[in-house]
Amino acid sequence: MSTPALDYSVAAILWLAVVAYAVLAGADFGGGVWDLFARGPRAEEQRRAVTRAMGPVWEANHVWLIFLITGLFTGFPTAFAALAVGLFLPFSLVLLGIVMRGAAFAFRAHAAGGWARQRWGLAFGIASTITPFLLGACAGAVATGQATRPGRAATDLLLSWTSPFALVCGGLALAICAGLAAAYLTVEQDQAGDSELAEDFRLRALAAGAVTLVLALVALPLTATTAPDLWRGLTGRALPLTWAAVLLAMVAALAMLRRRYRVARVFIVLQVASILLAWAVAQTPYLVPPNITIDGSASPPEVMASLLITYCVGGALLLPSLALLFRVFKGRNPAEA
Amino acid sequence: MTEYLAGRAQMGTSLGFHIVFASLGVGLPLLLLVVEGISLRSKDPGWRLLARRWSRAFGILFAVGAVSGTVLSFELGLLWPGFMGYAGGIIGLPFSMEGFAFFLEAIFLGLYLYGWDRLSPMFHWLCTIPLALSGGASAWFVTTANAWMNSPTGFRLDNGRVTDVHPLQAIFNPGTPIETAHTMISAYLATGFAVAAVYAAGILGGRKGLLVGLLLGSICVPLQIITGDINARWVADNQPAKLAAMEGLFKTETGAPLRIGGLPDLSRHDTRFAIEIPGGLSFLAYGNARATVRGLDAFPPGTTPDPRPVHLAFDIMVGIGFALLGLAAWSLVLLWRRRRVPEGRWLLRAVVASGVLGFAGIEMGWMVTEIGRQPWIIYNVVRTAAALTPAPGLVISFYVSTAIYIVLGLVCGLLLLHLAAVSRREGEVKVEGVQV
Repeated sequence: MSTPALDYSVAAILWLAVVAYAVLAGADFGGGVWDLFARGPRAEEQRRAVTRAMGPVWEANHVWLIFLITGLFTGFPTAFAALAVGLFLPFSLVLLGIVMRGAAFAFRAHAAGGWARQRWGLAFGIASTITPFLLGACAGAVATGQATRPGRAATDLLLSWTSPFALVCGGLALAICAGLAAAYLTVEQDQAGDSELAEDFRLRALAAGAVTLVLALVALPLTATTAPDLWRGLTGRALPLTWAAVLLAMVAALAMLRRRYRVARVFIVLQVASILLAWAVAQTPYLVPPNITIDGSASPPEVMASLLITYCVGGALLLPSLALLFRVFKGRNPAEA
Repeated sequence: MTEYLAGRAQMGTSLGFHIVFASLGVGLPLLLLVVEGISLRSKDPGWRLLARRWSRAFGILFAVGAVSGTVLSFELGLLWPGFMGYAGGIIGLPFSMEGFAFFLEAIFLGLYLYGWDRLSPMFHWLCTIPLALSGGASAWFVTTANAWMNSPTGFRLDNGRVTDVHPLQAIFNPGTPIETAHTMISAYLATGFAVAAVYAAGILGGRKGLLVGLLLGSICVPLQIITGDINARWVADNQPAKLAAMEGLFKTETGAPLRIGGLPDLSRHDTRFAIEIPGGLSFLAYGNARATVRGLDAFPPGTTPDPRPVHLAFDIMVGIGFALLGLAAWSLVLLWRRRRVPEGRWLLRAVVASGVLGFAGIEMGWMVTEIGRQPWIIYNVVRTAAALTPAPGLVISFYVSTAIYIVLGLVCGLLLLHLAAVSRREGEVKVEGVQV
């Protein structure tokens, strides 16, 4: 394999890991959002549904982030180092959110009384809301080339990820996570035969979809004016994916309106995947715009080849195990007691 | 506090916190494998109940370990971008492999924790095998990376540029075999004694847990002392400045004495108030009581670690090792002679202490290897100070993260005690007559 082919293969796998993290762990964050905003006569049932859905899978879903980080620092170490310097503060806050979210979720499950359970539930909900927002803002900073713009002082902790565009990206990430979670929960409540809860989450999915639409409409002119390079990519090379995201979103919304929950779930996942991949294609060959490219930051070919072999061997162990996990808890259990 | 010191302190507290949960994540699956395996064969329902109780606690411990491990993977870049930008390509691979091991552990933990009523007993037990294997593999992969920082190989430096990278040579660097062995055994040892201590202290009732934990810990202690000895001799050959700091040896000596305890005094260039065994250090390091051992004065100034914390941590670790060896011998002799789980008051007190001492030993060992490698982050290649991030606010970051670790540690401890209290009450109500 030639060196660019190796580099691009690893980059493609990492972008797919971004998609996996978004549609799996993103939904867990979204679950926390709905825990925080549980309302109405069935608020407690809604919270229980979130806990039931997340319990067995959230830790495995979370590992996609570790997969991503270790892959990035092995394959593209200078890109990782630049991001770590440029996004020092938001990454630190993301870590805080990740720690609080995970610990609070585990602590709440065993909390000593109603008061403690409520407090940990609150911490869980708040951390689940802040973390995807910050991750979205970081993504916005990267996409506009603000995260590592040369000449920007390392001491400037705020500027890159608090631009209007980055903040809208944060809001979009949050709305998408909430939408994913609501869509998954709708299917699971419907499967469990609880049509009232399914209806609750259906309305939440539609609300999240409406918020996503509004934010996307705000993001479009912002992209054109403040992130011209990204705009050129999205309306140029990535145009098919951009259109796909729009169409898939419409199908997902339509399916949800007509209570075709399983169809809606598939399409919302595809929609999120095409948004992220449109971003990826739009900014290729840059890994971290404006000046860190995939080829330019890649490790030597020996490393990239070893990494690819690791991904093949590891994937052969990982994917069947993941399939088993999801079948046991989300599908027809093949190993019934 | 300088930014540099704050960065090191934050990395140190993060590692020191995570290593406790990570070690339990290595050790507990092995115990679950054994205990639930017995329960499949035994008619005594107590074994299954034991596994079920431990799995609840493991659920909390693993969650805290998972999130604190995530923090570390980010901190490598957030605090030391100069290290990751330089070394990521050379030594990132074992971290990526560890990612898969961690993935498998999280998946099978999900199946294990939530599968008690969803999986057949046999299938449920089978989940402990990948759980235990991936837990051990995680520890192995991560420790190879640390071993590489101590003995960097698998690359060439060409005018300051890294070339000719061989990731497998980096993984199987000379430090790997002995450091990974010593680290992995420490995880099993500390887990074993910690579990035994929970029963010895009466936090949970019954003798099965005490027996299993005590056996695991006791088997590990002699292995740990043997690998520790090999490790120290490896350090003598490969990181002589670290050895000098560990032993509080300021001046190069022929027939160097072994100094037990004492305080290294930087102004007098001497370790004072130590018990000295003539020729002891020369013998232990090189198998010859008259051998010459290089002291800190044999190295250029600014290339050696501070001997005060290193010597102290090293002696505490070794002291803990031999104290645990005594406990292991004591309890194994009692087990052998009386054919039942020992329950003398003084032995139980010692077991309670061993639960803390195992982890104290791990912390001390990490301090020896990490502080003993200073001022280098990659031994003799990159200085720690050169790898530090230019981002400001590290002092605040250190205080905030430390506060969070303290709160998390406290809450986690209280919650485990609460969980044990619930288990005790359940045990009284539901399984009358079953000894667990």
